[in-house]
Amino acid sequence: MIDHLIQYAYLVGAVLLILGMRALGSPKTAVRGNLIASLGMLVLVVATLFLQGVVDYPVIIAGVLLGSAIGAFLALRIQMTAMPQMVALLNGFGGGASTLVASGELFGYARAGTFPEGIVPYAIVAGALIGAVTFTGSIVAFAKLQELMRGAAITYPLQKVINGLIAIAVLALCAAVVIDPHALPLYLTLVGISLVLGVLLVIPIGGADMPVVISLLNSYSGLAACATGFVLGNSALVIGGSLVGASGIILTKIMCDAMNRSLTNVLFGAFGAVEEAGPAASGPQGTAKGYTPEDAAVIFANARRVIIVPGYGMAVAQAQHAVRELSDVLGEAGIDVKFAIHPVAGRMPGHMNVLLAEADVPYDKLVEMDDINPEFPEADVALVLGANDVVNPMARTEKSSPIYGMPILDVDRATYVFVIKRSMNPGFAGIQNPLFFNDNTMMIFGDAKKTVLQIIEAVRNFAS
Amino acid sequence: MLDDPVVALTILTLSLFVGFEVISKVPPLLHTPLMSGSNAISGITIVGALLAAGGSDRNLSTVLGFIAIVFATINVVGGFLVTNRMLAMFKKKPDKP
Repeated sequence: MIDHLIQYAYLVGAVLLILGMRALGSPKTAVRGNLIASLGMLVLVVATLFLQGVVDYPVIIAGVLLGSAIGAFLALRIQMTAMPQMVALLNGFGGGASTLVASGELFGYARAGTFPEGIVPYAIVAGALIGAVTFTGSIVAFAKLQELMRGAAITYPLQKVINGLIAIAVLALCAAVVIDPHALPLYLTLVGISLVLGVLLVIPIGGADMPVVISLLNSYSGLAACATGFVLGNSALVIGGSLVGASGIILTKIMCDAMNRSLTNVLFGAFGAVEEAGPAASGPQGTAKGYTPEDAAVIFANARRVIIVPGYGMAVAQAQHAVRELSDVLGEAGIDVKFAIHPVAGRMPGHMNVLLAEADVPYDKLVEMDDINPEFPEADVALVLGANDVVNPMARTEKSSPIYGMPILDVDRATYVFVIKRSMNPGFAGIQNPLFFNDNTMMIFGDAKKTVLQIIEAVRNFAS
Repeated sequence: MLDDPVVALTILTLSLFVGFEVISKVPPLLHTPLMSGSNAISGITIVGALLAAGGSDRNLSTVLGFIAIVFATINVVGGFLVTNRMLAMFKKKPDKP
């Protein structure tokens, strides 16, 4: 009887998760969606506590309290600029948990001396493998984003060959464990190599490709949870896990499309690797013209339409509040200010939207690439803030360029272009940007936040 | 019920379709909250962790289950809270003059 009630509760929980996810997809209902999804999760957890065989409540309570405390601490303390690494870290925990669950089950079978049947052994190796790759892959992504390690692509000779051999070894070990689930040394080797594989798969991926990696790891963490659902014969896990798996795949595809690259190319292309930077840097050269914030103030004084293009540089400099202030100052002067958001600007999907929302920029001012591009020819000023590859006109014309074909923001079609940049160093891809040498481009070198504050100051002085 | 692979695969396939349908056409504005929200849902593996840790005998599986509960709870609680924090920022905008 109670088991039936639990199954009904699972159904209710799964439906709440689906409704929550759907509501999360629309600005008006997103807050409610998040609450519905968390309610669904609560229903699933509480129902599970009533399952037969779940009796050791002290262990459960201790774990839930400890996890909740750490999770709440992280969620409430994290800075909005650090959101990409937060998401990466949380993903890693989810993946790690799935590996532990799959392992615990396998050890349980070994202790009891019974063999898992049907699809269970396959699900155990799948859960352990995907979970372990997600765990270490997310930790590497976290380390790169937190700048604990070099953010650029790390490559070495025979990288693809080595990864390929490891992948083959992993598959062979998977098969061996499925055939003999009691061979624990083989299983532990599988988990160990999967952990290594997670590291090796993420280190060759450079900074600007992070939105793809984070979406993909998100998908993996769902698929790992899904696999543990099959291990435990638990429908709630299968449904919840596959929802996340599907949504992660869609986000990954959106990110890849926004770069006009295939997923394979992002994962194995080692874009921006050292050996590619050499010839690429020999692209168009010229003299970029350095200007001052005061020069910008003069131009702004005569401008009527300004489009601000934020990039990762804005996040690094924590310049979002200064940028909001600048848009307010310009707005008060009667200038129409909009923000152009490239889908892969920053280090995770929607990164710029979150930062600008934190700084209270109204979200109707944030315009997507396809909608804003026709407006650049009519804009007096395009202000590029720490963005580089997403505004590189070579993507339109230069067939030999690694970013050829990537949809970009057409800032070069504005009357004047200001580019605020720390130095003339090429972007992460090591590709020179001809935009900087255009006649209508004015470079202002400096930290994004300081420079924007100086421009605000100069605009105010100029007006008074 | 999931002992039958056909039933299990049916549920998996249909759930994937539901996932694709529910998520496509999400505006870029919400990409991050959607990701962190679905991230929290991937912590659903907590259900498995409860089963692993809650068994009557205490052994290695209990230890693994305990760590899994901690990990998964961090994922769930952290994910939902941080999503809520982000969405609260989006929400207050229209009230501003």
